[in-house]
Amino acid sequence: MSDHTEKNVDEVTGVETTGHNWDGIEELNNPMPRWWLWTLYATIVWGIAYTIAFPAWPLISGATTGVLGWSTRADVARDIEAHDAQNGALVEQLLAAEMDRLPEDPELLRYAVARGGAVFKAQCSQCHGSGAAGFKGYPNLLDDDWLWGGSMDEITFTVRHGIRNDIDGDARYSAMPAFGELLEKEQIREVAEYVYSLSNDDAEPELAATGQQLFAEQCSACHGGTGLGDREQGAPNLADAIWLYGGDRETLIQTITYSRFGIMPAWGQRLIEADVRAVSAYVHGLGGGE
Amino acid sequence: MAFLDKHAILEKSPTLLLVSSLLVVSIGGIVEIAPLFWLENTIEEVEGVRPYSPLELTGRDIYVREGCYLCHSQMIRPMRDEVERYGHYSLAAESMYDHPFQWGSKRTGPDVARVGGRYSDAWHVEHLKDPQSVVPESIMPKYEFLAETRIDASQIKALLKTHRFVGVPYDDDMLENAVADFYAQADPDSDYDDMLERYPGAAVANFDGQKELTEMDALVAYLQVLGTMVDFSTFTPDASR
Repeated sequence: MSDHTEKNVDEVTGVETTGHNWDGIEELNNPMPRWWLWTLYATIVWGIAYTIAFPAWPLISGATTGVLGWSTRADVARDIEAHDAQNGALVEQLLAAEMDRLPEDPELLRYAVARGGAVFKAQCSQCHGSGAAGFKGYPNLLDDDWLWGGSMDEITFTVRHGIRNDIDGDARYSAMPAFGELLEKEQIREVAEYVYSLSNDDAEPELAATGQQLFAEQCSACHGGTGLGDREQGAPNLADAIWLYGGDRETLIQTITYSRFGIMPAWGQRLIEADVRAVSAYVHGLGGGE
Repeated sequence: MAFLDKHAILEKSPTLLLVSSLLVVSIGGIVEIAPLFWLENTIEEVEGVRPYSPLELTGRDIYVREGCYLCHSQMIRPMRDEVERYGHYSLAAESMYDHPFQWGSKRTGPDVARVGGRYSDAWHVEHLKDPQSVVPESIMPKYEFLAETRIDASQIKALLKTHRFVGVPYDDDMLENAVADFYAQADPDSDYDDMLERYPGAAVANFDGQKELTEMDALVAYLQVLGTMVDFSTFTPDASR
């Protein structure tokens, strides 16, 4: 180490050295490049300006709000508003439209179906499938077999109020009794055989015949004398070979014994009105709309 | 430039350099972190947010145990696309009784901050047992063992006490009735009015449809309360926060 009272200057370059000396090797003490220093000063100035413009410094009870008055929440609200305004005229028409007469206005229908498709993918596909073909217990929305009605108005009502939920007083509601508590096992087997016979040719005729009598006594009030169902009560058509839970003998016996109780949320409470209408139009347009 | 040349003093004394860097970093920390504990506009009071019911809290422990937070966030960010897909953006108050919070940092699956009430109990049970049975494109693992693992209330009072220790306002009444509330929530035939008074808005149901009380019951009870405590039809968040 050399003495610091006098400057050490490298002879070859003429640049001052740090004074450190390792086995005769010394380190040049070049100043920082100008561009680098000015960049550093610029970032400091930028930092100060930023804390003045935006919310930053903590004080006693709150923080400085910044002269631009920016806030995350106001920002997202503005963003949503601006986006809604772009379709403002169409949304207004959609909100004012009578759902049943929506198909008369092709431009509005096109908008509703496009908007509804996005809503369906985000909100409905988890149960009804991304292709709307449904799963066991979650109805297929592509066919024309409707439990609660397939007109635009009826679909909108179902979407808005849901089915058998306990959060909306107007929800579609029906409850089949669990016949395991009302009928003998053998009787259930007979009724199941009759229901099976409505859409299959390999049913056992004698069992089905006794089952038919029981059906007339126990089931026809809701499902109709010939098992064609009743939409007013949400009673499925049992003769069309379309099954929500399965149409084999075993599943039929299970359904009759324990009953079923499918639930759909009331989307009127979770979605804005325009989205309720749009997704109803989308479902109506999937193929089975009436 | 005389002052700027003084850095040589710092650079030549390791102890002084250590102490000085600690000082500088502390100032940064104090300015950024400390005010969060007293600033009024970082602590928003929101009506409706309550501590989890005993069964929900048990379900939350299962949620944490299974590492659900690794794939599912519970944090709807204030952005238009998120608000449109998941619902109202999350408020800090909605996770004020979460120890630890479950915001997560990655979404392999969707956000679940507002999943409560969105699906039926039956859907949750089916989906947890075999996600692909209802969502074929899902890559979520199967959790059917939850429906086979029975739970009881032997630890529930201690669990509530622990959460009270870290600041969740469980009162004596809640601790006293922890066991009763635990069972009442999973039994729609029980006398659950008192439980609902202590934990308004809790879902009462036999969640998994089985006679036995299982981890499935607890987890679904927890999922069904997520994001439902604040009524956004009556509460408007302060836009300036």
